[in-house]
Amino acid sequence: MSNKVDINHQFDVDELIETAKRCRREIVKMTHRASAGHPGGSLSAIDILVALYKTRLNIDPESPKQQNRDRFIMSKGHASPAVYSILYEMGFISHDDLNSFRVMGGICQGHVDMKWTPGVDFSAGSLGMGLSFGLGVSLAATMDGSSRNSFVMLGDGELQEGQIWEAAMAAVHHETGNLNVIVDCNRIQNDDFVDNQLRMFDIASKWRGFGWAVMECDGHDMREILTAIEWLDSVTDRPAVVIAHTIKGKGVSFMENNPSFHGAAPNDEQLAIALEELK
Amino acid sequence: MTNAASRDGYGSALIKLASDPKVVVVEADLGKSTKSQLFRKSHPDRTISLGISEQNMMLVSAGLATSGYKPFASTFAIFTERAFEQVRNGIARPNIPVHICGSHGGVHTGTDGSSAQSIEDLAIYRTLPNMTVIHPSDDISTEFLTIQLADMNSPSYTRTARNKTPRIYDEHSVTKLQIGKGAILTEGSDVAIIACGVMVSKALQASDELKSQGINSTVVDMHTIKPLDHELLTQLSDKCGCFVTVEDHSIIGGLGGAVAEFLVSNMPCPLERIGVNDHFGESGQGEELFIKYGMSVEHIVSSAKTVISRK
Repeated sequence: MSNKVDINHQFDVDELIETAKRCRREIVKMTHRASAGHPGGSLSAIDILVALYKTRLNIDPESPKQQNRDRFIMSKGHASPAVYSILYEMGFISHDDLNSFRVMGGICQGHVDMKWTPGVDFSAGSLGMGLSFGLGVSLAATMDGSSRNSFVMLGDGELQEGQIWEAAMAAVHHETGNLNVIVDCNRIQNDDFVDNQLRMFDIASKWRGFGWAVMECDGHDMREILTAIEWLDSVTDRPAVVIAHTIKGKGVSFMENNPSFHGAAPNDEQLAIALEELK
Repeated sequence: MTNAASRDGYGSALIKLASDPKVVVVEADLGKSTKSQLFRKSHPDRTISLGISEQNMMLVSAGLATSGYKPFASTFAIFTERAFEQVRNGIARPNIPVHICGSHGGVHTGTDGSSAQSIEDLAIYRTLPNMTVIHPSDDISTEFLTIQLADMNSPSYTRTARNKTPRIYDEHSVTKLQIGKGAILTEGSDVAIIACGVMVSKALQASDELKSQGINSTVVDMHTIKPLDHELLTQLSDKCGCFVTVEDHSIIGGLGGAVAEFLVSNMPCPLERIGVNDHFGESGQGEELFIKYGMSVEHIVSSAKTVISRK
């Protein structure tokens, strides 16, 4: 069975946008309920996750561990509310599970964890590790002669970790055409704007310099995202990366481009405003 | 007595494991030194070269393992430590069966000097839940125990040594070894000497010397630091009533630390620890350094007498 999906934009883009809106509501509700978590980077990533999960990934909520599934690896594991919200939409977890976010004994751990949540394939939480893991998964797929693909999501701040570039070099050396990366380039990291913490300059040229195929897109334009996913599948002779330009906190006015909402939950009043904006 | 280096046993184990098509070798450039290169030569299709990138090596191995492969990843012991957090968060925490081998452990590594002499690896990996930590004493036991690791469904760290030391086992005697069970090499009731790695042969020499002085000792090859063989330590506490631990490692946190923790919580009795006493190594021949650092056969004999006097 081929894992490739002919996207051709046959999907109902309006429905994908609506799904992302529902996910955004769950993201702000989850973080509010927990009085903790990372709404900003979840809201920047969610449009990409909705597109990937709804149109591309060969995965089955009835059989989350089926051997030939595609793998989605959320390397920026603090964006767990985004992952949980789409896993709920896909039927991997229940709405009650969403309520267990950051609660002792709940399956929705603070950072995504493969040992706790069905549908999660990587235990993240420490930045810089997911690309190496995705490389290992991709090498295994090649050795198996399988057409399954790996999709790794990184943050732009995360690119400051040296291990990312160790893996980037190795992926090109091993010509892993089944390894696909999307950088959620929201320009903000924990303390401040990336440009104030450690400027990354031209991210696309860095990846090109390492030998990757590179494309850029608007990470909130569903049609552009679908085109980018299609493009990732078209690159088979080497690893490919999409630099998705996003807005941290996208969809909630007071969270947008606001470093304060990297790792802070909305209070009661802020939740009400956010849910009103996300109607 | 034949001399052999435990790292050679790691290389030969990989060759024997190659019949399992799921076994893969992951390297960060030092295959010539760790001896994983033996596998590379015969099975290049299942050897993954990552260049000098230990952090990457740990997570690539984790990705392979979650896809059904059995990765054996090696570099120098000291360079595995560079990727400690990757081992902690990416391998031990999700309990992924990656088998890490750190060669060139201890000051016996010699003339490369302190930067290459890991004296803390056993201590740090022992702190991780899910990890098995072994440090065999010769090539034959390293081969035998490494082959056992392949059937484990949890991660492990194996320390091997660079230089040759007297061989402890033969093909027959090695078959009694089991991960998690210390091996009694000599029996006596005056003192228990618990050793690992290249120090096992020193412990046996010390035991011979003690015997010539009328002191009977039990020598244990405690090749598995974690899980530690509590049952055997309990028996020896009853039988001997005092212990000497001997390791080419810091006396803090390794074999001596593990034995001390168990004894003090369960059956306090006198213990002397032989090892590197909270300082770094230096360039020199391994045997010279052992004498300088108080880790020679004579020091073991002396510590045994001291600990007996404390009973």
